[in-house]
Amino acid sequence: MNAIKQLFGGNTRQFGMIFALVALVVFFQIMTEGVTLTSGNLMNLLNGNAYILILAIGMVLVIIAGHIDLSVGSIAAFVGITVALAIRDWDLPWWAGVLLGLALGAVIGAWQGFWVAYIGIPAFIVTLAGMMLFRGLNQFVGKSNTIPVPEDFQYIGAGYLPEVGPVTGYNNLTLLLGLATVAFVVFMGVRGRSKAVRLGAVVPPLWVHTTKLVLISAAILYATYLFATGRPGTSLPIPGIILIGLVLIYGFISSRTVIGRHIYAVGGNRQAAELSGVRSKKVNFLVMMNMAILAGLAGMIFVGRSTASGPSDGMMWELDAIAAVFIGGAAVTGGVGTVVGSIIGGLVMAVLNNGLQLLGVGADATQIIKGLVLLAAVAFDVYNKSQGKPSITGMLSRGLLTKNKPQADAIEAAQEKIPTGA
Amino acid sequence: MHTPTTGHETPNLLEMRSITKEFPGVKALADVNLKVRAGEIHAICGENGAGKSTLMKVLSGVYPHGSYTGEVYFQGAVQSFRGINASEQAGIVIIHQELALIPELSIMENIFLGNEPTRFGIIDWAAARVSAMELLARVGLSDSPDTPIKEIGVGKQQLVEIAKALNKSVKLLILDEPTAALNESDSQHLLDLIRGLKGKGITSIMISHKLNEIEQIADSITILRDGQSIETLDVARDGVNEDRIIKGMVGRTLESRFPHHTPRIGETFFEVSQWNVAHPQIPDRMVCKDSSFFVRRGEIVGFAGLMGAGRTELARSVFGRSYGKFVSGTITLDGKEVVLRNVAQAIDAGLGYVTEDRKTLGLNLLDDIKSTTVAANLKEISPHSVVDRNREFEVAEHYRQTLRTKTPSVEEGVNKLSGGNQQKVVLAKWMFTQPDLLILDEPTRGIDVGAKFEIYGIIQELANQGKGVIVISSELPELLGLSDRIYTIFEGAITGVVDQSEATPERLMRLMTSSRVPV
Repeated sequence: MNAIKQLFGGNTRQFGMIFALVALVVFFQIMTEGVTLTSGNLMNLLNGNAYILILAIGMVLVIIAGHIDLSVGSIAAFVGITVALAIRDWDLPWWAGVLLGLALGAVIGAWQGFWVAYIGIPAFIVTLAGMMLFRGLNQFVGKSNTIPVPEDFQYIGAGYLPEVGPVTGYNNLTLLLGLATVAFVVFMGVRGRSKAVRLGAVVPPLWVHTTKLVLISAAILYATYLFATGRPGTSLPIPGIILIGLVLIYGFISSRTVIGRHIYAVGGNRQAAELSGVRSKKVNFLVMMNMAILAGLAGMIFVGRSTASGPSDGMMWELDAIAAVFIGGAAVTGGVGTVVGSIIGGLVMAVLNNGLQLLGVGADATQIIKGLVLLAAVAFDVYNKSQGKPSITGMLSRGLLTKNKPQADAIEAAQEKIPTGA
Repeated sequence: MHTPTTGHETPNLLEMRSITKEFPGVKALADVNLKVRAGEIHAICGENGAGKSTLMKVLSGVYPHGSYTGEVYFQGAVQSFRGINASEQAGIVIIHQELALIPELSIMENIFLGNEPTRFGIIDWAAARVSAMELLARVGLSDSPDTPIKEIGVGKQQLVEIAKALNKSVKLLILDEPTAALNESDSQHLLDLIRGLKGKGITSIMISHKLNEIEQIADSITILRDGQSIETLDVARDGVNEDRIIKGMVGRTLESRFPHHTPRIGETFFEVSQWNVAHPQIPDRMVCKDSSFFVRRGEIVGFAGLMGAGRTELARSVFGRSYGKFVSGTITLDGKEVVLRNVAQAIDAGLGYVTEDRKTLGLNLLDDIKSTTVAANLKEISPHSVVDRNREFEVAEHYRQTLRTKTPSVEEGVNKLSGGNQQKVVLAKWMFTQPDLLILDEPTRGIDVGAKFEIYGIIQELANQGKGVIVISSELPELLGLSDRIYTIFEGAITGVVDQSEATPERLMRLMTSSRVPV
C-alpha cells in the first residue's frame, strides 16, 4: 500500500474521496444512460475544469501552510488580459506570451508573498485586497474590452495531441502515454513494496496490493481508451496533459522534497517548525508566489480555450478551487492536505456539475447540491475527528490493510492525560 | 445553593477536607486538607506540580463538584460548586496569574464585564461610573475609569482585577502568583493593599513562589508537596522563616530514581558571557540580565529556577535568538566566538534545544514518528533536496530501537504516543542533528516514573559520548540527581552555581528565590 499511498500522497482519507468519485461517476453513467463516460463528455469535463484543478494544486499548498488565497481568479484575469494584449500589440509569439504570463504571475506572487510572509498581514486580507486590485487592473488594462488571442495560443487551452504513426483508429500518442503510465505505476508499486519489505516496514497483504495496482491500471487503461477513441483529431486534451504534469511535479514536491516537508511543518506547527530550523517566512513567501504563478497559467489556459480574454474571466474561481481543496481532505487549520486529494475533490465537483447538467438539472439546483456536498464532506471529517476516529474509509483500510490495530489501540489507551500546570 | 450543615460548626471561613482529585493516570491531589480562618491571609506554598493550582480550581468550581472527592465547607456550609459562577455567587473570587482582562476595553468596562449594572436591560453607565470610582478608590488606583487596560501597567492591571473582585462582594480572594510579573514597588503596593483588605474583613489565599513576600504578609501557611498537604504553619506562633518553608517544600528524600553514572568531564567548550536579552514586546524589560555560564564536554549542567525565572528565555535566546530581543553578549564555541542569528545557524553550529512544551513547541502533532525524527536535520537525508524515504525509515527505526520507543511502527502518528514516548521521539530528532550541546527544557514533564528513568539514562549516555548537556527543570530532585553542576536563576539573572557535591535542595531553593548574594 505504501507505493499506492505514495502515488496518492499517503493519505488513507483520500481513498474515501476516490470511492465517492467512482460512485458519482457510476451513478451519473446509469442516470444519463451512458453519456457520462463518452469520449466527448470526458474531454469537455477535463477542458472545462483543468484551470480550476490547476488552481487547486497551488491552493492546497497555500492551505497546508495555513493561509488562503482569494485573489487567484483576479490574478488569472489580469494575467490573461495582459498576455492577450501583449500578443496583439507587440506581436509576441505564443511561447513568449506564456513566459510573460508566468513572469507576471511571479511578480504578483512576490508582491502578495511579501505582505503575508514578511509584514505578517493575514493572507485573507492581502488576497482580498489582491482580488479587488487585480480585478481592477484587468479592467483598467483591457479597458473592459474582450481581447481575442491568435490560434496558436489557443492550443494550450483547446488543443489536442497530433496524430502520428500508423493509422490504428486510435490516437497513438494517447495510447502510448496511457501504456507508459500503467507501466510506471506498476513498476513503482512493485519496487516500493519490495523496498518496504526489505526495510521491515509494515506492509499490507500482497493480495490487497495487487488488487489495488490492477484497479488503478484498469482505470488508466479505460480512460486511455476513451480519450484515444474520440472523434478524429481529438485526444487527451492539452490542458489535461499540463494538469497531469503539474500533479506529478507538485505531488512529488509536496511529499518528497525538503521544501514540501517544510510547508507541512509550518502549517502543522509554525513554532515547532521554526525551532527545528525551518525558515517559515521563506516558506510562506514561496507558497504565495507559487499560487500566483499557477493562477497566471490557469488564466492563460482559460483564455486559450475561450479564444479571448474578457473583463469577467476568473470570477469565483478562487471559491471553486478552495472548495476542491477542502473536499479533498485539507484542514482549515493547516498542516493537512494533499495535491492528489485536492484534484479528486475538484473532480468530484466537476463530475457533479457535469452530470447534473447532462440530466438537465437547473443551475439553481446544481448550486444547492454542490453547496451541500461541500458542507457534508467537511462535516464528515470534522465529526470523525471530534470523535477521535479516522474516517469510515480510514477505519476500513486500517482494519483491512494493517493487522496492528489492537496494538495501536493499546498505546492510545496507555496515553496519559496529565493536566498542564498544577 | 447553600446546604445547611449537619453539626459542623467551625470558626474557619473555609475548610477543605480530604480533597482527592484524580486525572487519568495521575493523582493530582491526595487527601488534602486546608483550613482558612476568617480574616487572615493564608499562603499556599509548594513546588511546581505540588497541586496548588489544582486545589484552587477545586475550590473555585473550575473542577465541578463530583469530579473530586472530599468536602468543601465555606461559611460553615457544605458547598457543591458546579462552576466558577456558583463560587463567585458565594463570594469566592480567584485572580489568575494570567490576568483575565480585555486589553481593548476600558478599566470600567473590564470591572463590570459579565456583571454589568442594567436598567431595563440597558447598561446603566452612569451607575457603573459611580461605583467604578468607588472601587478604584478602594484599591488606590487614581487612573480614569475610561483608560483602556492596555495603556496601564501590569501592576495597575492587577489592581483592576482586585476592584473587579470587590465589585462581586468578595469574601474570599484567591490570588495565584499575584506578584510574579510585578516589579519591587508594584509588588509592595499590592501586598499593602491585600493587608488593607484584610483590615476590612476580606480573607485572602495567596499562592506565591516568593518566600520573602509570604514571610512578610502571611498569617498562616499551608505547604503542599506531591499532591498532599504536608503541614499548616502559624506564622506568629511557629516563628516561621524562609528556611522553615523551604524545608517543608522540598522535604522528601532522594530516592534511587536515577541510573548510576560516573561523569567523565572534559574541557570547557561552550561559553556564554554577559548575555542580555529584552522581552520581545516590552523593550525595557530584561529577561536575561548579564548571564554568564559555561559547559564542559561530558558534563550535565542543571539550570534551576522557578517558573518564570527566565530559564527558558535564556536557553531560547542562546539557541539562535529564538526568543526575545538580543541586546548584548557573546557565545564562545570551542574557543571561537560565534554569532547565531537564527535557529538554522544554531543547529549548524552544533546546538540542539528540546522545548519545554512538547505539544505546542516541540512537535507537529499531525506528523508521524519517522518524519518527526528527521525534521531538524532533513538535509542529511535529502540529496538534491529530495527526501530519501528509505534513509528516513532507517534513521527512525534506528532511534526507535536504541531509545526503545514503544510503538507498533515508525509510521504511527506522534499524537498516538504517550508522553514518555513522545519525548523519546523528540530526543531522537535532536540526537540525529548530532549536537555538541543539547539543551533539554523540562525533559520529563508529564512523563511517568518509568519513562523518566529511561530518559535520564539517555541524557547520561549523551554526556558519556562527550556532548555537553544542559537540563532545565523545575524539579529539584531531578536536577540534584542528574547534574554535575547547577546554575540557579532568579528574575532573569544567574544567582549562583553549585557543584553536585555541595548542592542541597535548601541551598538551591534559597538561591532560586532571592537575588541576594548567597551566604
